[in-house]
Amino acid sequence: MVNMSLKKNPMPSQEPQVRAHNFEEVALGYSEEQALDEAQRCLNCKNFPCVQGCPVNIRIPQFIAKAREGDFEGAYEIISADSALPAVCGRVCPQESQCEKYCVRGIKGEPVGIGRLERFVADYHNAHASGAAFTPEKNGHKVAVVGSGPAGLTCAGDLARKGYDVTVYEALHVAGGVLSYGIPEFRLPKAIVKREIEGLKAMGVQVITNMVIGRVLSIRELMEEEGFEAVFIGSGAGLPKFMNIPGESLKGVYSANEFLTRVNLMKAYEPDANTPIQHAKHVTVVGGGNVAMDAARCALRLGAESVTIVYRRSLEELPARKEEVEHAMEEGIVFKLLNNPVELIGDDNRNVVKMRCIRMELGEPDASGRRRPVEIPGSEFELDTDCVIMALGTSPNPLIKSTTDGLDTQRWGGIITDEDGLTTCEGVYAGGDAVTGAATVILAMGAGKKAAAAMDKYIRSKA
Amino acid sequence: MFRIITKEPLNPSVTRMSIEAPLVAKKVQPGQFIILRAEENGERIPLTVAGYDREAGTVDIIFQIVGATTEKLNHKQAGECIPDFVGPLGKPTETEGLKRVAVIGGGVGCAIAFPVAQKLHEQGCEVDAVAGFRSKDLVILEKEFRANSTNFIPVSDDGTWGEKGLVTDALKHLIDSGRAYDQVIAIGPLIMMKFVCKLTKAYGIKTVVSMNPIMIDGTGMCGCCRVTVGGKMKFACVDGPDFDGHEVDFDEAMARCAAYKPFELKAREAACNLFSMEVK
Repeated sequence: MVNMSLKKNPMPSQEPQVRAHNFEEVALGYSEEQALDEAQRCLNCKNFPCVQGCPVNIRIPQFIAKAREGDFEGAYEIISADSALPAVCGRVCPQESQCEKYCVRGIKGEPVGIGRLERFVADYHNAHASGAAFTPEKNGHKVAVVGSGPAGLTCAGDLARKGYDVTVYEALHVAGGVLSYGIPEFRLPKAIVKREIEGLKAMGVQVITNMVIGRVLSIRELMEEEGFEAVFIGSGAGLPKFMNIPGESLKGVYSANEFLTRVNLMKAYEPDANTPIQHAKHVTVVGGGNVAMDAARCALRLGAESVTIVYRRSLEELPARKEEVEHAMEEGIVFKLLNNPVELIGDDNRNVVKMRCIRMELGEPDASGRRRPVEIPGSEFELDTDCVIMALGTSPNPLIKSTTDGLDTQRWGGIITDEDGLTTCEGVYAGGDAVTGAATVILAMGAGKKAAAAMDKYIRSKA
Repeated sequence: MFRIITKEPLNPSVTRMSIEAPLVAKKVQPGQFIILRAEENGERIPLTVAGYDREAGTVDIIFQIVGATTEKLNHKQAGECIPDFVGPLGKPTETEGLKRVAVIGGGVGCAIAFPVAQKLHEQGCEVDAVAGFRSKDLVILEKEFRANSTNFIPVSDDGTWGEKGLVTDALKHLIDSGRAYDQVIAIGPLIMMKFVCKLTKAYGIKTVVSMNPIMIDGTGMCGCCRVTVGGKMKFACVDGPDFDGHEVDFDEAMARCAAYKPFELKAREAACNLFSMEVK
């Protein structure tokens, strides 16, 4: 029986006033009843339009069909055949612009809550799994993965499943990349990231932390001395951008990466943390993406009296997920749209105390198709602030490029690859933000998956 | 895990440790740094390497006890392990082609200046090493510096060791007495490097300084270590830690370094209290 309700089962969540003061997960997840009810909204379309919206092509109608029968383990098997990180994707994928965008139910009413169902299934599995891990038969070939973010983990998982001996190198002391240092606990609990990585390890994947590839070992050395037949570079887009305006080196000014790393990776919000963070009163975040929302919401949870997002375009153009913007607004984050900082002003001790902004209006559409923000002359004003977080995006880390001969990159730093992820060096593949510049978890996973298939083909062709 | 092979106090607040880290030892060069955590859940701190033994697979660090992490690290004994030790990070000090260099070390900065002096000395460069300390009881690496320099000039603030005065006095004296340098390399407190640069700028001698700002990841990701050099924003972890001293904005760097001073003091106190409670 199809459930013809026009609305999705709403996601149970912590109340905004409560969650604004804790780092626990905002969305609580469906109950079994809600999951069964939502699964019944799927029409099981013959041509499954939802799947084309998924960068890793999860067989969505099939997993929902299993869920509808209450066979959640069966549903999990279907998801995990295509996705290395189901519990992560169910939480952080922008489903509204992917699978759910193509859902037929969305034409009249709301689409099926595919992401919510994915999350339920993954959490169900994690709560009930027997622990007996699938250990593939080894095929005798060694591959290396540089970076343990979503691209690297997906690539590692796919290759391990095919029997490869996979070693993942991570520069930080914790694996997970942006899943660990970037996305906050209240959107993606770190226990979940850890569990997904433990799952890969149980499958035989070796994860070595504290290894900055490019410095301690070069890509060439990995291939010529360490015996890896192919290497995947998933080193992400780590380098934070600043605005190049006066005052950006004042105390109290952070890149979003620094702020989030202190909070998420180093757990600076815990009372006995060893890594300090400023507990500011009036925080201003510059930017409008998911990272800006994450930084703003972290600042609020650290006890700020006010948190303001300054963004140069309007609400329509905010690149963050709608859900994240709504959550931020519910929690009391103030949005100062169509404003742009021109200067940060400090006191005698070089602490930031004010942000000078200029008002903007929207002009003609630019190359990105969005209307270009234009300054309104003479409209400058000042905002009081004791902490500024720059969330303007990131660019690829130049370390590997600068230490690998023959590895070509775009002028802005992205590694150049063909459709399969092959770089300009034989046997060296790349994917994720290192190639595209800052994008989403799931696009990075899609790239990791594609490269894994190409690496498998390459190594077979040599054998 | 990374084992502490040897540990020795160099003065009451400075300790040398030799850490087993063969991969780091294989590649590291003078001027580069490592990041370590002294314990699980600890913070990441950068330390510029003070030496290495490629065959033994060990890397030497010399640290001053200033905050909670260095306090905890100092409580570790030879044979014990630390969870994380990553490197080599940053760019090595450029020494190629240098014929006559003045290496200036101030306080615990001498720990980093020494391997640079040693490398220069080994490649046949004439090295005038000026080492400055507040007082005789804080002196470190005297023997090592003497063995690796053409001229060794000790100075102290209170006159208890070598000439009474500052490293800038000694350097000025050397230059005025006719010593000509291709380059000056100054490593020490920011205030010392600032004044060395002020002096050498007047003489038009290229000067390289090693910056040691607050860092988290050390790979270019967080931007916390940004330094203004020649009006441009640079990241010490990937663009440095060595920079043209005449272009560095030292006043800004000093302010940024002090950003967490109150926290640092409190954290160290808490760590000390914890240890004294354990002792009881």
